[in-house]
Amino acid sequence: MADIETGTTRGAARPRPISPHLQIYKPMLTMVMSIVHRITGAALYFGMLLLAWWLLSAATGPNAYANVEWFMGSLIGQLVLFGYTWALLHHMLGGIRHLIWDTLHGFEPAERELLTLATLIGSITLTLILWVVGYLVMGGPR
Amino acid sequence: MNETEPMRTPMRRVRALGPARSGTGHFWYQRVTSVAGVPLTIGLLLIITALLGRTHAAVVQILGSPIVAIIMLLFIINTAYHMWIGMQEIILDYVHEEKWKMLSLMANTFFVFGVGLASVYAILKLSFGV
Repeated sequence: MADIETGTTRGAARPRPISPHLQIYKPMLTMVMSIVHRITGAALYFGMLLLAWWLLSAATGPNAYANVEWFMGSLIGQLVLFGYTWALLHHMLGGIRHLIWDTLHGFEPAERELLTLATLIGSITLTLILWVVGYLVMGGPR
Repeated sequence: MNETEPMRTPMRRVRALGPARSGTGHFWYQRVTSVAGVPLTIGLLLIITALLGRTHAAVVQILGSPIVAIIMLLFIINTAYHMWIGMQEIILDYVHEEKWKMLSLMANTFFVFGVGLASVYAILKLSFGV
């Protein structure tokens, strides 16, 4: 911590105040979800490489596309895609939550918790639904 | 912090540009791209779901059809801007050393342009079939 006393002395080298950081707070759902929002955002950032790869392979030709299909259909590919689906939906729902908060609504303790919990449950539920639809109805990736 | 002890120097306050040197513009456009991102993400997921298990020829035809291609292009461009601002915000939060900050901001721009342009090019090629 900065020395508060020296902060009052007049002069060029006046230290600026430092606020406490994350580690002194008890983890709460809203705080953890805020961090998860940033982590999913960063993951999706690099995940766009997958979308670019998929689109480029489709534009390149059947052989390139077959390679992508093989990877996406492999165990690692499926795990990555499942995580990607969840991250995308979670970031989207978290974004909606933040947009609601931007309008200054939903800040009461109970509302905060409800919105945050809804983001988590919603993203997991939607991911599972989408994957069940993907596998059962469409036949899944071959 | 109070009115008499501002964190920013007077010149920084007058310019009101913040650490990224660009003011509140990015804050606003992050909101604009979030709002646009919701329907576009739903569109992307529907398109991908509809393409699961299809042959390459069918995928090429569907991705190159006007409505699908336009939704994809909107998604890519909107997401590129959104992720550029988002990663810049992350960099500004964690990278404080001037040289590394500048380099990572630059890398962010290169990455977004590279990935975004490659994706846009792919959709255009699928659409116009060159």
